[in-house]
Amino acid sequence: MPVRSTLLVLAALAAVAACALWQLTEPRAAFSRDQWQSYEQGGDAARGRIVFEAGGCASCHATPGQPDRLKLGGGLQLKSPFGSFTVPNISPHPDDGIGAWKVVDLANAMLTGVSPSRTHYYPAFPYTSFQRVKIEDVRDLMTFLRTLAPVSGKAGDHDLSFPFNIRRGLGLWKLLFLDGKPLKADPAKTLQWNRGRYLVEGLGHCAECHSPRNILGAVVADRRFAGGPNLEGKGRVPNITPDASGLGPWSQKDIAELLTSGLTPDGDSVGGAMAEVIRNTAELPPSDREAIAEYLKSLPPRQTSPPEKKGSGG
Amino acid sequence: MIRSIIVAAALAVSVQAAVPQNLDVIKERKQTMKDNGAAAGATAKMLKGDAPFDLATVQKSLNTFISASKKMPSLFPDDSKTGGDTRALPAVWADKADVDARFAKFGQDATDALAAIKDEASFKASFPPIFKDCGGCHEKYRAAQN
Ligand code: HEC
Ligand code: HEC
Ligand code: HEC
Repeated sequence: MPVRSTLLVLAALAAVAACALWQLTEPRAAFSRDQWQSYEQGGDAARGRIVFEAGGCASCHATPGQPDRLKLGGGLQLKSPFGSFTVPNISPHPDDGIGAWKVVDLANAMLTGVSPSRTHYYPAFPYTSFQRVKIEDVRDLMTFLRTLAPVSGKAGDHDLSFPFNIRRGLGLWKLLFLDGKPLKADPAKTLQWNRGRYLVEGLGHCAECHSPRNILGAVVADRRFAGGPNLEGKGRVPNITPDASGLGPWSQKDIAELLTSGLTPDGDSVGGAMAEVIRNTAELPPSDREAIAEYLKSLPPRQTSPPEKKGSGG
Repeated sequence: MIRSIIVAAALAVSVQAAVPQNLDVIKERKQTMKDNGAAAGATAKMLKGDAPFDLATVQKSLNTFISASKKMPSLFPDDSKTGGDTRALPAVWADKADVDARFAKFGQDATDALAAIKDEASFKASFPPIFKDCGGCHEKYRAAQN
């Protein structure tokens, strides 16, 4: 009977597609746990501190409502159009934090967004930028994190709407938006520029706030750094490309000063989410702030992103 | 389309129905803050090495901060929450006591710096911490630019 066989074929096709989808969305970790020991040697906590500040880990993971930026108990709520994320405890507590983790586990989390139990993380954890981080830096960072005080108590669960609450689905998202490519040094540019690119594109995850996002929550590539809506409240996140509508009029010194004290060239003091970023960048060596400034001034100039039209068509 | 017109109309009505806002006081607090910005900008030039150190300018800036810290707490009456392109967030009125305490600390830090700063070295050590008072308050109480 033709109808029945068509149905059978369709069912078989659906099964194949589901299998393919299941395989495509499988969480793949870059580092196998079998080789964990070779990554444990030679970490440097002082260098790890710089990685920590450049990555702004405290901005999200420090326990809110208390002054110690190194108390990484988590609990901060991050609002998004998909629901609310609760930032986890990454203190070295063996049960409630990541005290039992190896360097390879942290590397897999930061570079591929995959957990030790092989599930996908949400990109609210900015691994779309952290994927560029060097393994040596992850090792130093882990060495530093292990020197901090363990904080007991797990942070709560995320509060996300369907289908965003299904982690497996993130596998598809990653296929679209995660390339896993490290940054190759550009020998034609200065060492400082290369360092700046690493800090801005990788650890500093500046594009995550300074760009508009598409409906899937990914940064719009040709609007990268050109400013975007402020997900955390009123107003807009400014354009930081060297266009006239962005940082065109700023000197490298002006940018380095902003990253030190929060002051703009006209004497304004930045607030909003940037005030917290500056608490991190102020802790970096001055040469790193200059490197960020050099790199920002070398970006392709882009005119400021126009505000998105809201709810037209009613 | 029709629905958005209705929404727009409803919005227009609700804006009109709101209490009349005290636009003068909004203007005044923005001007006071602009003066802070000019004063901060003059000293930032010295920190960056774009201008030579000048003690008189530094002291003038600090005095601007001190007088602003005294004036500002009275410039947020209840009828100045919206209008006049204000960037002050509703959080100001939700926790006015904290805002006032921040202005007091800002004034005190500027007063201490005025006493401590005698030369370029003491300027570089004692001035920058004041900027944390600016950024810390803007972080909680001021909206990002449009
Ligand atoms: C913008 C906020 C943000 C920043 C900045 C951030 N994280 Fe996270 N992080 C998150 C969120 C949200 C999650 C939870 C993701 C999930 O559940 O899928 C997370 C998860 C993690 C996890 C997994 C914890 C677990 O229990 O599985 C680790 C480890 C981690 N982050 C480390 C870091 C480090 C190290 C840095 C700095 C280099 C950092 N994070 C910076 C938001 C952030
Ligand atoms: C968590 C979100 C976030 C991240 C991450 C972030 N920024 Fe910002 N940034 C902002 C917001 C919001 C403002 C506007 C603040 C205001 O107007 O008070 C801003 C302002 C700025 C400005 C001032 C621009 C102007 O025209 O006034 C510069 C420069 C800047 N950011 C650079 C950076 C760099 C470099 C990084 C990465 C190291 C970075 N930002 C990371 C949110 C962010
Ligand atoms: C205790 C809170 C507080 C402190 C401290 C503070 N500000 Fe402000 N500032 C505000 C608020 C609130 C606004 C928004 C006012 C409005 O738009 O109605 C503002 C606005 C501004 C503006 C924008 C003015 C305009 O509309 O053009 C500048 C510039 C500024 N502040 C500079 C500074 C500087 C520089 C310092 C430190 C030397 C500082 N502020 C300290 C609360 C503060």
